[in-house]
Amino acid sequence: MAKKHKWQDLIKDPLNENNPITVQVLGICSALAITVKLMPAIVMALSVMVVVAFSNLIVSLIRNYIPNRIRIIVQLLVVATLVILVDQILKAFAYDVSKQLSVFVGLIITNCIVMGRLEAFALGNKPLDSFLDGIGNGAGYGLILIIVAFFRELFGSGTLFDYQIIPQSFYDLGYVNNAMMLLPAMALITLGIVIWVQRSLYPQLTEKE
Amino acid sequence: MDRNSNIYTILFAAVVVTVSAVLLALAVMILKPAQERNKRQEKMTDIMYTIGLDDEALTQKAIAEGKALNYKLIETYFNKYFNKQYALKADGSVDKSVKAFDINMKTEIKKPENEQRFPIFIGDVDGKKYYVIPLYGKGLWDDIWGYIALEEDANTVKGVKFGHKGETPGLGAEITKKWFEKQFVGEKIFDKDGSFKGITLLKGNKDPENNDKEDHEVDAISGATLTGNGVTDMIQERLQHYLPFFKKIRQQKN
Repeated sequence: MAKKHKWQDLIKDPLNENNPITVQVLGICSALAITVKLMPAIVMALSVMVVVAFSNLIVSLIRNYIPNRIRIIVQLLVVATLVILVDQILKAFAYDVSKQLSVFVGLIITNCIVMGRLEAFALGNKPLDSFLDGIGNGAGYGLILIIVAFFRELFGSGTLFDYQIIPQSFYDLGYVNNAMMLLPAMALITLGIVIWVQRSLYPQLTEKE
Repeated sequence: MDRNSNIYTILFAAVVVTVSAVLLALAVMILKPAQERNKRQEKMTDIMYTIGLDDEALTQKAIAEGKALNYKLIETYFNKYFNKQYALKADGSVDKSVKAFDINMKTEIKKPENEQRFPIFIGDVDGKKYYVIPLYGKGLWDDIWGYIALEEDANTVKGVKFGHKGETPGLGAEITKKWFEKQFVGEKIFDKDGSFKGITLLKGNKDPENNDKEDHEVDAISGATLTGNGVTDMIQERLQHYLPFFKKIRQQKN
């Protein structure tokens, strides 16, 4: 049942060819919601990575003992426990960011990437492979988040990590921040452009007619 | 044991649930002090923000003293600038048994009026006196809250700070932005005859530049009418409880 996986592939594939957001199109809602600024996006990416990696690891460790009938419930329990842990830790050590992320940390539970990897990978693979798969998918998710957040913060607020990037002289010449970039609608369009660019660079990703 | 039997399933579920419950209980217990500290720190910085001591000002003060701005220093500043805080009864007298800072507004406003205690923080910066009053109310989706600072006349607004739990980003959530908070500065909560007016968020305000500081109005956010009404009501509802106290200070002065 268990295939041999190359470790570097487990990390590399989800970054591009099998990216959870741009190729599998999972986890879109959170990608739209928390990419207004880079900092929260990075914290969110790390949180998701931790949750996917460790839930993959734990579910893979107990995969041979989970009764099939309550499989999904057990997976949910593992994910929910990890998410609450992450949420509590953020509240204790990164209070400002946790306030910005608000409910979206809790909503990692419903992120399809997490359940998707558990069902598709962790249930049938060894713990270490599963852990790496989680890291890879979390990184793939994070990569897209960071790209989208970079453009949204730069054009929406003129800042990166809250540091002013676009110089005052531009504003004096009549440049204005594009407030549209702060709204989820533009996040979707930005994400669409990212997918477009990726597919023109890698034509094999395009669905066949 | 048969992994498809009911007994195995129930036992398995019981074990994983117990493990997860123990783990979470432990985590919450261990992390609680740090979380509480964050909340206290936020409260202190929010209150100081309303009287112009924002993050930047505090950081500069800390640098001037050659220290890093941490929880301890924030607490020191807070205690220095807000050396008086009262928990007021509905009649304006002080309830000495309650510490104003520890009042949780969320639960406090649910009590009947005569059982509520109304916290007020009295600031003293470079010889100027300020009254900071916590606000709490309902926005469109969920709770909104904040602080409003009045100058020594207990009439002119020195500054405000708003927070919200789940208002719409880009619309109602804008109440926490600087440009919105700035509009309140200089507004009066009493009219010339001394009757209480509060501050109303008005759409189609005749005074969009907000030059008229006597009109008890600030410009509302387009598309966020209900959040705006929430802010108006919150200011109105909360401040009226302090009228007896304000009356007392005025009498003392005259």
